[in-house]
Amino acid sequence: MSEEVLVEEKTELEERFPEIGRDERKGYEGYIVPAEKLVEFATVLRDEFGYDFLSSVTAVDYLPEDWMEVVYHAYQTTGGPGLVYKVQVDRDDPVVPSLTPVFPGANLQEREAWDLMGIRFEDHPNLKRVLLWEGFDGHPLRKDWREAFYEGDGKPFKSRWPSGEVIRAEENNPFNKNVDYPGGFDPEQWTPAGETAVYAGVGRLDHAVSETALSTDQIVVNLGPQHPSTHGVFRMVVRLEGETVVDLEPVMGYLHRNHEKIGERNTFLMNIPFTDRLDYFNSMSNNFGYVLTVEKLMGVKPPERAEYIRVMMAELTRILNHMVAIGFLLNDLGAFFTPLLYAFEERELILDIFEAVSGSRMMCNYYRFAGVARDLPEGVFEQVKNLVLYRLPGKVNDLDTFLTDNEIIRARAIGIGVLTAEEAIAHSAVGPVLRASGVPYDVRRADPYGIYDRFDFDVAVRYHGDIYDRYLIRLDEMRQSIRILEQVIQDIPEGPIQEGKPQYQVRVPAGEAYGRVEGPKGELGFYVVSNGKPNPWRYHVRAPSFINLSALEVMCKNYKIADVVSILGSIDIVLGETDR
Amino acid sequence: MTEEINTPGYDIPPEMEGQVAITTLDKIYNWSRRNSIWPMMFGLACCGIEMICAATSRFDFSRFGMEVMRPSPRQSDLMIVSGTVTKKMIPQIVRLYNQMPEPKYVLAMGACASGGGPFKEGYSVVDGVDKFIPVDVYVTGCPPTPQALLHGLITLQKKIDKQSIKNVRWYSKDPVEPIPIPVLGPDLMDPREYALIKQYSTEKLVEDQQVPAVEEA
Repeated sequence: MSEEVLVEEKTELEERFPEIGRDERKGYEGYIVPAEKLVEFATVLRDEFGYDFLSSVTAVDYLPEDWMEVVYHAYQTTGGPGLVYKVQVDRDDPVVPSLTPVFPGANLQEREAWDLMGIRFEDHPNLKRVLLWEGFDGHPLRKDWREAFYEGDGKPFKSRWPSGEVIRAEENNPFNKNVDYPGGFDPEQWTPAGETAVYAGVGRLDHAVSETALSTDQIVVNLGPQHPSTHGVFRMVVRLEGETVVDLEPVMGYLHRNHEKIGERNTFLMNIPFTDRLDYFNSMSNNFGYVLTVEKLMGVKPPERAEYIRVMMAELTRILNHMVAIGFLLNDLGAFFTPLLYAFEERELILDIFEAVSGSRMMCNYYRFAGVARDLPEGVFEQVKNLVLYRLPGKVNDLDTFLTDNEIIRARAIGIGVLTAEEAIAHSAVGPVLRASGVPYDVRRADPYGIYDRFDFDVAVRYHGDIYDRYLIRLDEMRQSIRILEQVIQDIPEGPIQEGKPQYQVRVPAGEAYGRVEGPKGELGFYVVSNGKPNPWRYHVRAPSFINLSALEVMCKNYKIADVVSILGSIDIVLGETDR
Repeated sequence: MTEEINTPGYDIPPEMEGQVAITTLDKIYNWSRRNSIWPMMFGLACCGIEMICAATSRFDFSRFGMEVMRPSPRQSDLMIVSGTVTKKMIPQIVRLYNQMPEPKYVLAMGACASGGGPFKEGYSVVDGVDKFIPVDVYVTGCPPTPQALLHGLITLQKKIDKQSIKNVRWYSKDPVEPIPIPVLGPDLMDPREYALIKQYSTEKLVEDQQVPAVEEA
């Protein structure tokens, strides 16, 4: 799409909705929509202007200005830049109409905004806490909410720097641990509400039950959080009719590590190692997304060699992730541990490269603003070359040979967990899940970042939207990644790896930025608001694992309980990213 | 190994050498236990992946008799707390710990499980699993490498070697009380601390009323 068309479209939009205003603040973009017009605006944008993909919904607490803002990022699935629109609401009574009826993908994100920011979404079908538990005191991402171990609004804290003295936070807490209670609270009178709320979520009996089928009692089965098939501490509450899933509700938050609250205390640079721990398989591509966003705000670009190194690491990560994802999927299908051993063998070889360049196997902390932390050490380039040119293609083919025609895999995967293209887009599904449903949407191609516009590769796409296609698409993507890596190996130039001097404290001008990369699990977005201070004012992660889960219910309904496990495996979630 | 078991400090008469072996009950008991520690398949976060790595071919902790990872607490000897413990998760962890049969051990893997790690300051993170369940071995790292985990497991074996059947907790006459399960209230509540919580809240209420409240309740 050319720039001209875009401008024209925007004015057309303004003509259509005279109530909306442009966001005139310095460093900001998009439109400010009045709350009562929001649903109509989003619907028109989707149906007439083609912005059918709601990427991210989040909220910002502007405490000094005394309002809160709900921020929406919409994109077109045909590609091109996005459109930002915002709703400003009163801090004391933040009510916004829910977009869930228009975009079901907003469901979990709105629940998150309610949970952490206290914004009430009217007409939301299931507005309850998602990451914390019912009964938690307050909405922690509000700027005036303070946790038990509160020490200051921005790091570095005075207790640690520059004098270097360290206090243990426990020493200042009467309970000697990380807890705090509101005044006048009586624990004897307390009734925990969490579990009832969870089970009430699947208690809806509005689903038509087939009249010809046997009449059986519906039962509720709880999977997780301690269950070997849930890939961590994820939990599903399933309502069953016989063995058939009637209703399913994902329950999460068992690994909610306050990534965003901590991120808003950290300086910009300090956040890079925290992004490693989001999707802990793919620390490199998490770094990529975050530095890209902050670079957008700072207006800097890394030198050529660093760009190539970044792509090299990001694509190696993708291969690593897909290998392991297939291994785990086979685990879930019943081939316990053996395929995973093969996947982990390749993973170890890639981790050796990561360890050589960054010093750590998993938590690489390798990308820097306008560069990377250090150049490739001696011998690593040869290692990458040998791996990519001579080993990985054969290993991907091995997986293909052993698994693709396997009778059990075909029986358990074909036609199971179907997600249609329309449903996938509506639920804001991303990554392999979206592309296996027949939507060729890949951020590397749709909205290229870094130097991805230079490489020759195909966007893998499959059309059935079942588990089998989600498995095949990972094979396809690994082959495409190898293709990109071959080009990187051929073209990588010599030169510096950092633009300017590496800085401990970067200067980030005030403004907002939304950066996204095509991570192995899908579109990974970072929304950062800076007010010119050393710490980000708002730091939000649009986590693909989290948002893909809003389609889980649709995928699982009317399939057997045994399929739920493999459907979840085929989405490939990581709890560090789901719960953040 | 065999030599270690067979030298309890008693001399075997020369005519009996090669025919009898003498050992102590403690030694044979600990030897069999230390070489068949079954960990619970219980991955919490990032560290869980390195735990899986330790089980795969390159590191392979089955060399130490630990290849059987059990998803059920009823069949496991060792809980590897591999990752960040959150307030929402700790009730389940305590419950799992209570469900494990004696003898049982806990290994806190990584910075988060040992003391909150990088996420310690967070509002929903437990600053160390040892605030709720007893920990036998701490492994440093974020995440610890599989080698570090193996070292932790070997340390646990050494700890087992030192135990004596005479005074271990699970053969004592007194019944072992289960650990009370924490309750999720406005914040995480340990049932043993209810009186303290009430006292604190009452004092806080008085303080809040004296000074006009600035922050949200």
